[in-house]
Amino acid sequence: MWSLFARDIRLNIRAGGGALTGVIFFLAVIATIPFGVGPDLKLLSRIGPAILWIGALLACLLGLDRLFQADREDGSLDLLVLGNDRNMLALTVLVKCLAHWAGSVLPLVVAAPLLGLFMNMEPLGIGATALTLLVGTPAITFIGAAGAAVAVALPRGGLLISVLVLPLTIPVLIFGVSASYGATADPDPFLQPFLILAALTLFLGVLGPASAALALRHGTD
Amino acid sequence: MRLIAENLGGERGGEAVFSGIGFALDQGQALVVTGPNGSGKSTLLRIIAGLLPKAEGRLLLENGGDDFPSIASACHYLGHQNAMKTALSVVENLRFWRDFNGSGDSGVEEALETVGLGGIGHLPFGYLSTGQRRRAAIAKLLVSHRPLWLLDEPTAGLDKASEARFAGLMMKHCMAGGMIVAATHLPLGIEGAKELRMGEAG
Repeated sequence: MWSLFARDIRLNIRAGGGALTGVIFFLAVIATIPFGVGPDLKLLSRIGPAILWIGALLACLLGLDRLFQADREDGSLDLLVLGNDRNMLALTVLVKCLAHWAGSVLPLVVAAPLLGLFMNMEPLGIGATALTLLVGTPAITFIGAAGAAVAVALPRGGLLISVLVLPLTIPVLIFGVSASYGATADPDPFLQPFLILAALTLFLGVLGPASAALALRHGTD
Repeated sequence: MRLIAENLGGERGGEAVFSGIGFALDQGQALVVTGPNGSGKSTLLRIIAGLLPKAEGRLLLENGGDDFPSIASACHYLGHQNAMKTALSVVENLRFWRDFNGSGDSGVEEALETVGLGGIGHLPFGYLSTGQRRRAAIAKLLVSHRPLWLLDEPTAGLDKASEARFAGLMMKHCMAGGMIVAATHLPLGIEGAKELRMGEAG
């Protein structure tokens, strides 16, 4: 399993530049917001956490269509499915998700504090947003894996995956943003939405790979 | 160990491609599946591997023991694609499959020597020619042990010398108690192999 993780990370670095694509998209979204909204610093810092979360969510969806498609095109997916008796397919999918997250989504989390400065956010707010992104974005990848598995046979599945996955990510977005606000706005709680966010990630960490494995097994042709 | 298929039928897109296929394969035996294009050779192999659902009939592996409870766990499937990543080197590709599938009789370097690719393992897989890619994929069969080899046009792109070497490898696998089901329209040179002709009336 470790070898699968290492392979996917290596492929991500060597072949795709998937990490950079996501970060540049994230940067483009966040950098244009102040120009669109105008130089109202108070407004920017107030909408900052929400904009960061939306930007990261959309950037997460970018590379998802390649999660299984690359393996399908060169025939590796057949062998991963056949290996089910030795390496349970759901576990294989989970490892692929983790590798995808570490390779493509973790750079977004790392870039988020810098982009928070663009939004005139205070240090505490930036820290809270980065922390919620760190905890919440794996959930998006897990849901995305199920979408990617359903659309694996479609040559232009990228948009379909986004449409399939986006409604399901809304709870993650809501609790992620409300926890980020809770850290700075005084009466709002931080811990409760943050814990629900963590619970969502754990829950989807089981449900996402299991349903993706089911879709992959019945999707081979 | 014994692979048995009875009255097997397969379909593609709701249309029956073949039906009434039956065979039994003991250890040390090879089955060569021949027939014109579109007669369902690849479909049959994918059904045996369990990658496609069968339309009718029975398919089972007897006496697989604890190591090989199902056909999927007992087989190597070599399809049209080589299942190798072009961005990784040949050795990295083979190491990954050895780690994922479990190690077999020969190491990575040794397997590359066997298929005649010794010394180029450090190259990215994408730099290899079609025949070299196929040979690297054949080396994948050697780095992990599976008693049943399912081969779909295994010699596509190979030159005469490589074909002969691969025939030797298949004979050796059968001699060691392995089983082979190969779909092809070229003679593979396996002595004593059974033949199953598909796509003919009756």
